[in-house]
Amino acid sequence: MIEFKNLHKRFGKLVVLDGLNLEIKKGGIFAILGPNGSGKTTLIKCLLGMVIPNKGDIIFEKKTVLRQWAYRNNLNYLPQIANFPPNLSVMELIEMVKNLRPKTSNSEELIELFGLKTSLDKKLGNLSGGTKQKVNIVLAFMFDSDLIVLDEPTNGLDPIALIHLKEIIQKEKSKGKTILITTHIMSFVEEVADEIVFLLDGKIYFKGTVDALKKQMNNENLEHAIANLIAKQYA
Amino acid sequence: MLKILKYSFYDLMRSRWSYVYFMFYLLLGFVLLFLNNDVDKAVITLMNIIIVLTPLIGTIFGVMYYYNSKEFTELLLAQPINRSKIFMGQYLGISISLTLSLVLGLGIPFVLYGLFQSAAIFNFSLLLVVGAFLNFIFVALSYNIALSTENKIKGFGYAILMWLFLAVIYDGIFLIFLVLFNSYPLDKFSLAATMFNPIDLSRILILLKLDISALLGYTGAVFKQFFGTNFGLFIALGLLTIWIILPVLRMNLKVKKKDF
Repeated sequence: MIEFKNLHKRFGKLVVLDGLNLEIKKGGIFAILGPNGSGKTTLIKCLLGMVIPNKGDIIFEKKTVLRQWAYRNNLNYLPQIANFPPNLSVMELIEMVKNLRPKTSNSEELIELFGLKTSLDKKLGNLSGGTKQKVNIVLAFMFDSDLIVLDEPTNGLDPIALIHLKEIIQKEKSKGKTILITTHIMSFVEEVADEIVFLLDGKIYFKGTVDALKKQMNNENLEHAIANLIAKQYA
Repeated sequence: MLKILKYSFYDLMRSRWSYVYFMFYLLLGFVLLFLNNDVDKAVITLMNIIIVLTPLIGTIFGVMYYYNSKEFTELLLAQPINRSKIFMGQYLGISISLTLSLVLGLGIPFVLYGLFQSAAIFNFSLLLVVGAFLNFIFVALSYNIALSTENKIKGFGYAILMWLFLAVIYDGIFLIFLVLFNSYPLDKFSLAATMFNPIDLSRILILLKLDISALLGYTGAVFKQFFGTNFGLFIALGLLTIWIILPVLRMNLKVKKKDF
């Protein structure tokens, strides 16, 4: 479904992606992990066309994504920092995004689920960080797309919202969607991810199931297994 | 693009600063008319203010809007929309809402005072047109600066410097040249130098239309000959249009290559 081919990206002197190759098959939840600054967000942004790679190609549904934009209609994205125009109300923002995409959406259902009904007429500038993140989640899940990309989706969520988020993720997975997640919360990864992609120094360091990783690192605790993986590189 | 434009426009129209700006012009219009008691004189005073203030406000709004809506722009970039349309929509949204504040803020007091019965209507419209041009030019220039500068504070600084240069320093350098080389014929030089600065261009354009060019001396006569005619008017407006087109083109090129 997605294929990254020999992807290179530099920001000035800093090499972020260094000939990265990765293939992601249709269906399932993929966790993209790695230490801070390992290029997780850059990788996702390349896929979204927000960062333009220096070299290499990205294939999404058999077509290149470089310099294209129409493919994004089949892709939902949850950005890391939720920051919206402060003078629009929640409803207006949702209507606007709907307006921009020629697709049906199930926003009412999600608004209900996250208890945003009472906040619909509030200005986005007056919302708390967690509520903004909920709005962000509604925007990311309200369309029916084959690929869903979540960048740190758990940021600022209360426990109930977190449970709902996990439910939605599972529901989307059961529909055969592909979901890419980046996060630093290992319990979340252990709970939802089918496969782990571990990035280090701009390359794929490990790709496989959670169990395979535990086995390879000889550690039953995922958090420690990952820490070992990172520590190896520091040594 | 129209959708983005619409939302940027709504967003700005609701911000407190648009109202402050609008109220400022409204107040300015009333006060000037009250003090001068004459539409013609008010237009001249207004010119001096518009020529310095619209570029400054355009610059500040442009930079501020770009940096403040950065995350939201990222959200838009993940939607199936062409990149340049997002930025063109935002650009037009800012420029149009600023122009609206200007036109309504000044238009209302002047119309109430009896602008339509006065002979100054042409001069007043020219003033508004020039103000609109300056808005579009300086928002485009400041958007360029903001797009090329990752650091907010630096971007703000560069934008203000740009304004300061075009509004004040350029004239200073221009004057020094005129004084240094005053034994040479300088009319061609000053004519050309005017064209490289949209603020000067606008000022000269309005001054010459206001029939006070007699104050300008010999060089003024050359200017009058050039800008005073309809041909000159079109050339000047054409040049102002180029001042919009070039930064907008550069903005589009920059946007295509930029990482967000």
